[in-house]
Amino acid sequence: MTAISRPAVAPVIEVRTRTPYRRFALHGFLIAMCALWLFPLAWAVYTSLRPYSDTAKYGYVSVGGSYNFDNFANALTNAELPKYYLNTFMVVVPALIIVLLLASMVAFAVSKFSFRFNLVLLMLFTAGNLLPQQVIITPLYRMFLLLPLPNLLNLPGYGQFPSDNGVFYDQYVGVIAIHVAFQLGFCTFVLSNFMRTIPKELTEAALVDGAGVFRVFWNVILPLCRPPLAALATLEFTWIYNDFFWALLLMFHGAKLPITSALNNLGGQFFTDNNLVAAGSLLVALPTLVVYFLLQRQFISGLTLGATKG
Amino acid sequence: MGASRTPAPVGVDAAPSTTVAGGAVTTRRRRRYSLLSRQDKLVLALMVGVPAFIHIALVWFPTISSVLLSFTQWNGIGGLDKIKFVGLKNYQDLVSIYDAFWPAVAHNLIWLGVFLFIATPLGMFLAVLLDKNIRGSRIYQSALYVPVVLSLAIVGFIWELQYANEQGFINNVLGTTRQDNLIDWLGNKNINLWAVLVAASWRHVGYIMVLYLAGLKSVDPTLREAASIDGANERQTFFRVIFPVLLPINIIILVVTVIESLRAFDLVYVINRGRNGLELLSVLVTQNIIGESQRIGFGSAIAVILLSISVGPIIVYLTRTFRGERL
Repeated sequence: MTAISRPAVAPVIEVRTRTPYRRFALHGFLIAMCALWLFPLAWAVYTSLRPYSDTAKYGYVSVGGSYNFDNFANALTNAELPKYYLNTFMVVVPALIIVLLLASMVAFAVSKFSFRFNLVLLMLFTAGNLLPQQVIITPLYRMFLLLPLPNLLNLPGYGQFPSDNGVFYDQYVGVIAIHVAFQLGFCTFVLSNFMRTIPKELTEAALVDGAGVFRVFWNVILPLCRPPLAALATLEFTWIYNDFFWALLLMFHGAKLPITSALNNLGGQFFTDNNLVAAGSLLVALPTLVVYFLLQRQFISGLTLGATKG
Repeated sequence: MGASRTPAPVGVDAAPSTTVAGGAVTTRRRRRYSLLSRQDKLVLALMVGVPAFIHIALVWFPTISSVLLSFTQWNGIGGLDKIKFVGLKNYQDLVSIYDAFWPAVAHNLIWLGVFLFIATPLGMFLAVLLDKNIRGSRIYQSALYVPVVLSLAIVGFIWELQYANEQGFINNVLGTTRQDNLIDWLGNKNINLWAVLVAASWRHVGYIMVLYLAGLKSVDPTLREAASIDGANERQTFFRVIFPVLLPINIIILVVTVIESLRAFDLVYVINRGRNGLELLSVLVTQNIIGESQRIGFGSAIAVILLSISVGPIIVYLTRTFRGERL
C-alpha cells in the first residue's frame, strides 16, 4: 500500500515545502532569534534567584552556590512593593473602566446614528492618541496645578477624595483623567469599527419597541461587544500599568506613585545590587507577563484591531 | 475577530409604556431619525459630549496652549498675568545657545534611523517568516513578543543587567571588567546611545512583527497561488505581489515607527535621566518644567518642535485610515 501511494504524493510535497534543508535553516534561524530575544529576560530570572554573596564569590557569570527566592522577598519588604502595587491598582482599575465605558458610548453614538461631525470627532480622537505625550505635558502640568478640585470625602485607598490639596496635581484623579483622555482615541476607534458590523436593524427594532437610547446601548449593543471589550481591556491594562511618564510628572509624592514610575526612585535607594534589581524588575513586570500569557489571544487581537483596518 | 455574532434578542422586550413617547415623535416629524425622542437626543449628546469634552480639554487644549506658550516667557511663579510675550526668542535661543538642542535632534534622528532601517525591517522579516504555515509558529511569536508587554522602564532595568560595568553580563563575557579595559556601555557618551537602541529595538521588533503579521494574514491567498503558478519564487512573490498589496499597513507601520521614536523617553530617563549622550527632545521638554528653574515658554518651544515633526505622520495616518470613510 505505502509503496504504491508514495510516488504519487511525493512530487506534490516537493513543490510545496521545498527542500528539508531550507526548513531546517528556517527553524534554526527562528530558534536562534527566540533564544536571543528571551536571553535578557532569562538572565534576569537567573540573577534574581542567586544570593548576592554567591555571585560575589563565584563571579557574576557563573554557576554554583545556592538558588532561592530571598531576593524577591527582600525586594518586596525593603522596597515596600505591595504599597506601590496598590497605588497602581488605584489608577489602573478606575481608568480602565471609565475609558472603556466612555469609548463605547462615543462609538455607539457615532456608529449607530449619523451625526454630521462623527468623522471629525473620530479623527480628532485618533490624532490626539498619536501625539507624543511631551507635546502636551507643559501646559497640562500647569493646568493641574491651577484647576481646583474639591475635597469631598474620605475614600479608602485614596484618602481625601478626589483631592487632598485642592487641585488636580499630585492626585490619582488627575492621573486617571489623563489616561482616560489619552486612551479614548484608540478605544473609540476600535469599538466603532466593531459596532458598525452589528446590523442597524437591531438598534432600530429596539427603538421601535420603545426602548430608550441608553437602554439600547446598555442592553442590546454592549453585550455584543464583549470580544473587542475583552481585547481592549487586556491591552489597556498593560498600557496603563506600564505608564511611566504621566505619573512621574503629575504626581509629587514618591509614596503615591504607581509601581512602574516608582521603579525610578526604588532603583537607586533599595535595589543595592544587581541581584535585587533583577528580582525587583521581575516583580514589577509580573502582572503584565501573567496577563499576557493567560490572555495572549485577546492581547494580540486588540493590538491588531486598530491597525489592520483600511 | 471571528466572534459569533448571533443577534441576541436582548432588550427587545422593552417596556410598552415608553412606546407612547416614541410614537408621538414619529407622527410629528418625518426625519431620518424620527425614532429618537427628545430625551434620546439629549442622552446621545451627553454620550458624545462628555468624552469629547474630556479629550479636548486634556489633550487638545494643552496642545494649543503649548503652541501659544512657546512665544512667551514664564517661570511658573506668580499668576498667568506674569506671562510675557517674547515672539520667536525661545526658538532663536533654542537653535543658537541651548547646548543640548542639536545633540538631542541628532539622537532623535539616529533613533529614528535605527528603528526605520534595522528594527522595523527585522520585525517585518520575522513576520514574513512566521506567516508561513510552519510548525511552532505560535511559540516563536510568543517568545519574540514578550518584550512588548514590558514597560520601557523595566526594559531599561533588565538591560542594565547586561550592560553594567563590573556586574554586567556583557563585560564579564568579554573580560572587560578591569579598570584599564572596562567598557562603560551606558556611561560612555560615544556608545551609550547605541547600547540603549539595542534595548529599544528589542521591544520594537516584536511590536512591528505582530502588526505586520496581522496585515499578512489579511492578504488574499489566491494572490500567492497565482504568483507561484506564474513561476515566481518566494522573494519575488513578496516584493512584487505581497508588499505592494500591503501598502496601507506599510504606511501605518511607518507612522508607528516615527511616532515611537519621537516618544522615546522612559528608557533613557531610567538610565541616566537623559543626559551625557542620551539627550532626546522629549527629555528636554520635561527638564524645563521639573525642578527649580522652570522655563515654561522655552520647554513649550521644544514641545512645538516635537509637535510639528509628528503632524506629518499623523496626517498621513488619518488620511490612510479614514479614506473613503462614510460613517
